Amino acid sequence: MTEFYGYMRPDGKIGIRNHLLVIAPIDCSYEPAKKIAEQVEGAVAITQTYGCGNDSMLVHNLAGTALNPNVAGVLIVGLGCETLTGEILMDKIKPSGKPVYNITIQEEGGTLKTHEKGVRILQEMKQETAQLKREPFPLSKLTLAVECGGSDATSGLAANPAVGVAADKLIEEGGTVMFGETQEMCGTQHVLARRAVIKETADAIYEIIETQEARQRAMGVDSRWMSKGNIDGGLTTIEEKSLGAVRKGGTKPIQGVLYNNWERFDTPTKPGLYLMDGPGWDVPSVTHMVAAGAQIVCFTSGRGSTTGHAIAPVIKITGNPRTFENMGDNMDINAGTILDGSESLNSVGKRVYNMIINTANGRQTKAEALGYKEYIVFKRSREAEHLLGHC
Amino acid sequence: MSKKAIQIDAKDNVATTTSIVEAGEEVEVLSPNGEVILKTKPVEKIIFGHKIALKDLKVDEEIIKYGEVIGVASRPIKTGEWVHTQNVNSSRMHTPGEKVKGITS
Repeated sequence: MTEFYGYMRPDGKIGIRNHLLVIAPIDCSYEPAKKIAEQVEGAVAITQTYGCGNDSMLVHNLAGTALNPNVAGVLIVGLGCETLTGEILMDKIKPSGKPVYNITIQEEGGTLKTHEKGVRILQEMKQETAQLKREPFPLSKLTLAVECGGSDATSGLAANPAVGVAADKLIEEGGTVMFGETQEMCGTQHVLARRAVIKETADAIYEIIETQEARQRAMGVDSRWMSKGNIDGGLTTIEEKSLGAVRKGGTKPIQGVLYNNWERFDTPTKPGLYLMDGPGWDVPSVTHMVAAGAQIVCFTSGRGSTTGHAIAPVIKITGNPRTFENMGDNMDINAGTILDGSESLNSVGKRVYNMIINTANGRQTKAEALGYKEYIVFKRSREAEHLLGHC
Repeated sequence: MSKKAIQIDAKDNVATTTSIVEAGEEVEVLSPNGEVILKTKPVEKIIFGHKIALKDLKVDEEIIKYGEVIGVASRPIKTGEWVHTQNVNSSRMHTPGEKVKGITS
């Protein structure tokens, strides 16, 4: 039985990194929050950019990020007059038992005083969390998110199936996997629904994908249409395109749909494969899956991609040998060996799996070594969603 | 080295080429384990990332890739033929009047 080495949190979840999270609940305080985070090793600042409302979808995802076990402690730095207050976030984060502090610039008397206080809080947290030791845990405590971006003809042939092999193996060892980007599932609802373990999940799969198709119709786009580039690249039908994309999630039964909206914020309730109803582009998709508890990410890209994440290591896999050679500074694994027959799909899948375990144990990904800390929360418009019924 | 194509799932009746293959050139079809399942000769040129038929397919017969239906044959397809939009229909693109459920709440 494989194990991984991580940090035990007070709520029993296991972190594979020891980040301190600085949350600016509104972008008004993001610059001061970033300056505070820069002073302490391992600290990282995040915010949202949807203005001064108190939207529950933003709260869910900001608080979810703080609750991710890769975060050891939290400091909220607000301006002081925002609608989404630090207290709202504190109430959600405190039950985890991890240290969480809330300060505002208006109350502290300007940014210099806030900076001093914020850095002192982080330093003290860092002194405590620095002594935490990694211990062995079963893979039932590990959740992997899979993502793809900058796809090409090799993605559905090499990188996605290889990550799918690793995802299957992780689940066989007791782990949890999630994949998102609902718009990339269009045309495969009947296939995914067949893999659902219960009828409610099958119904939910139809609902989220068909709602996504309605969203695209509302924008004048038929989601069943494919681009000339897709067809030139060898994709014959939308079913084939989407099956290639969802293949990165492997072939296991689907335990549930994770809703992520203003009403519901679901996280996996037991090990196995989950499908997240999430935004269709890379950084917000990863952000929402990490907010739902994924500690680690596998990201496939045929053309090459650079993005990391604020608190989760992102492993980059390409099926295109030229991209691996060209963008070796950014890509962690070459799955392109499948193409010339020099390595089998299962063998590359095993390499991906081993990289997941090594990364969980502390090995840095290329995006981490480069210091990339992407974080974008996505918000749906409640009002626009209601109008979809007419599309 | 001989040219390759990959059959991603054992149920698939098409394989995807990993390089450009010319008519009559021998192509080894590999399983995910890297074993050569069969050798075939394309009857026409097939470019990288496109599909080759592994068996004869009748009109309306399902095209299987990833172990799932990706469409149906719109014309009879012979073993070794290039399988693409000229001889395959999507099950979704060609259903006129299909009702798609919108958001309900």
